[in-house]
Formats: sequence, structure tokens, C-alpha cells
Amino acid sequence: MKVEWNGTVYEFDKSMTVLRLLERLSVNRESHLVVVNNKLVTEDSRLEKDDEVKLIRVISGG
Amino acid sequence: MKCRVCGQAACISLKSYNTALCREDFVAFLEKRVLTTIQKYHLINETDRPIVAVSGGKDSLSLWYIMNKLGYPADGIYIDLGIEDYSSPSLTKIRNVADVLKRKVYVFPFREVFKKGIEELARTIRRPPCSACGTIKRYIMNRVCMDKGYNTLVTGHNLDDEAGALFGNILYWKDEYLWKKNLLLEGTEGHLSKKVKPLFLCSEREMAAYAILNNIDYIYEECPFSKNAKSLTYKSMLNKLEEASPGTKLQFIKGYLKQVKETERKESDFCTFCGYPTYGDMCNFCRMLERFHIDKTISFEEYDARDLDTQPEVMT
Repeated sequence: MKVEWNGTVYEFDKSMTVLRLLERLSVNRESHLVVVNNKLVTEDSRLEKDDEVKLIRVISGG
Repeated sequence: MKCRVCGQAACISLKSYNTALCREDFVAFLEKRVLTTIQKYHLINETDRPIVAVSGGKDSLSLWYIMNKLGYPADGIYIDLGIEDYSSPSLTKIRNVADVLKRKVYVFPFREVFKKGIEELARTIRRPPCSACGTIKRYIMNRVCMDKGYNTLVTGHNLDDEAGALFGNILYWKDEYLWKKNLLLEGTEGHLSKKVKPLFLCSEREMAAYAILNNIDYIYEECPFSKNAKSLTYKSMLNKLEEASPGTKLQFIKGYLKQVKETERKESDFCTFCGYPTYGDMCNFCRMLERFHIDKTISFEEYDARDLDTQPEVMT
């Protein structure tokens, strides 16, 4: 699967849950949303090899 | 995960509420939360004429959308700071939402008025860009209310903004700011508009999800001047606590609201040129205009989407 995060695209071969992906990338659950194939998903969703995943950082402001 | 309400597949888990919701039920949940906040804290009355401070970000655009949907018709005000690759895309997204809502948006063209960018202006007056920006925004947003007949300025400050600011104020024991945060700040007739924050109890994650689920196209990029802001560090730290102990931010802010007492605004004079509250003869904004030899008449560009045939026009 392709994972787009912070302007970089990461490739993963192995199927895993969203939660596992966030842990592998050390991404905080509270400050990110996960969109898979243009749909917002929960952390227990299973990611498959053809999925296009976007991690959206939600923190903003100064 | 299943939606707690309907049992369909959930699209978001809300650990601070120990629940998960599908698109329809999450949208209903968030809108109800905003409506309850407005009603419980008496933020907007039937006779009020509100205007939303829009930046192009998820919070202000979603708030603008929600208010109009909930039956609080509101126009928008945008301060165009002329920041390269940031201000122009933000304005495009604001106009897109104005088109959907069929509302008007006032635009203050900072670079055109001051003939320089915010960074150069801040350097000249020896202040950090965010500090100069804050002074200008507070003034212009109030000015549009006074000049165009709006009595309530609505801002998109969310739970994370407030929790982050409170955290910083406690860390450094900034007594002068500590008890000034609130959902409603009263105005002064003819001088200062009322300010309200209906997203006080809604998290950034919830607001981003709401924008995505309603196809509200917002600007993802940060303002380039906010990159190393302390408030972002405070928010990240609070999110680490939130991850380990869901509900922490909400408890922090709700606890604050229980403690906060009405603080009386210090009596101030009014600027002899524009009427804005100040402790001297002239307010900081008018002082800035005078320093740069700029006419004190403020004008706004106006984009009116109430009529599909209406083209953007410049009004003074």
C-alpha cells in the first residue's frame, strides 16, 4: 500500500491495521486522521496492499 | 468499529466520549455540540448580527458552514496578509465556501494598504510577525463589525487552541492572561464588538473530520510564520496526554470554565481617531497607520455570493 504523510510517500507490502500503521510511523492518533481510498476510517480498519492511504495532520495555528 | 447510534460501519472513533460514529451520526453529533454551546452559554441571540472570522482553515470554514446550517446566517471577514503561496489559496477556499453558503465575505488587503508584507512591517516596528498580525487582525475584525453593522464577531478557536493557551499560561503563570479566556467576551456599544467562540469544546481532530466529511476544502498548510510557535508544542504535548488518557483536554477546559470568574475589563479610553479602546490617546493600529503615512480611512474589498450573478466588486 502507498501511504502519504507529511509530503512523503511510504510503501508497505504487508497488510496491517490503521493502528499498527500509526504505531510503525510513530504518529499520534489524536493529532491525525486517516483517509483510505478517499474515505475516513477508524483505527481498527484493515489496510490491504492496493489501498491508498493519507495521514492528515490536524494541528494548526500559531 | 460500529457506529454507536446506528450500528453501521463507523468512520471515526471518539475516545474521549468512549464512542465511534458513522458519517451521518458524527455530523449530527458535532452540529448538536456547537448548537448546545451557543445556547447554553448564550453566545448568539436572535437579534444579533454575527460575522465569522475566516482564515481558510478547517475550523473557521467549518464553523461558518455550521452556523449557516444551524440557522445563524453569518457573513465572513478575511485579512489577506499577502503571504506568498498561502494567502491567495486561502482566499480561494473562502470564496468557494461563500459560494456554497451564498454569503458575503469582506477582505482586508493588508499588502495593498501597507505597501509591504507582514514580515517587513513587523521588523520595522520591532515586533514578532505573529504579534503584529494579532494586533492588525483584532483591530480590523472589530472595525468591520463597527463599520458594517455586525455586533458579534465569531471565531473558530477550538478545544485544542484553548487547552494549549491555558497550558502555556499556567506553565509560565501568566496571571494577566490566565483568567481572560472565555467563550464570550462582552463588547462596548459603539466601540468594541462582542466576541464568541462556539468551538470551545470541539477538538481539532473533530473539526478536521467534519470538514473532510462535508467536502469543505480547507488549506492544510500552516502559516509559514507559525512553524516554531510554542503553542504547537503545547498542543503536541497535550495530545500525548490525550492518547494515554482520553478526555484529558476536555476535562482540563471544562475544569477551567468551572473555575473562571467574570473578570472585569479594565476601564480604558477610546482612540481619538477611530474610537477603538486604548490606554492612550491613539490606539496601536492608528499609531501604525500614522507611522507609515497611511490614510486612516479603512476600506474592504467585498465578495458577495448571495446572488449567483454577482461578480466580486470593490466597495469602500
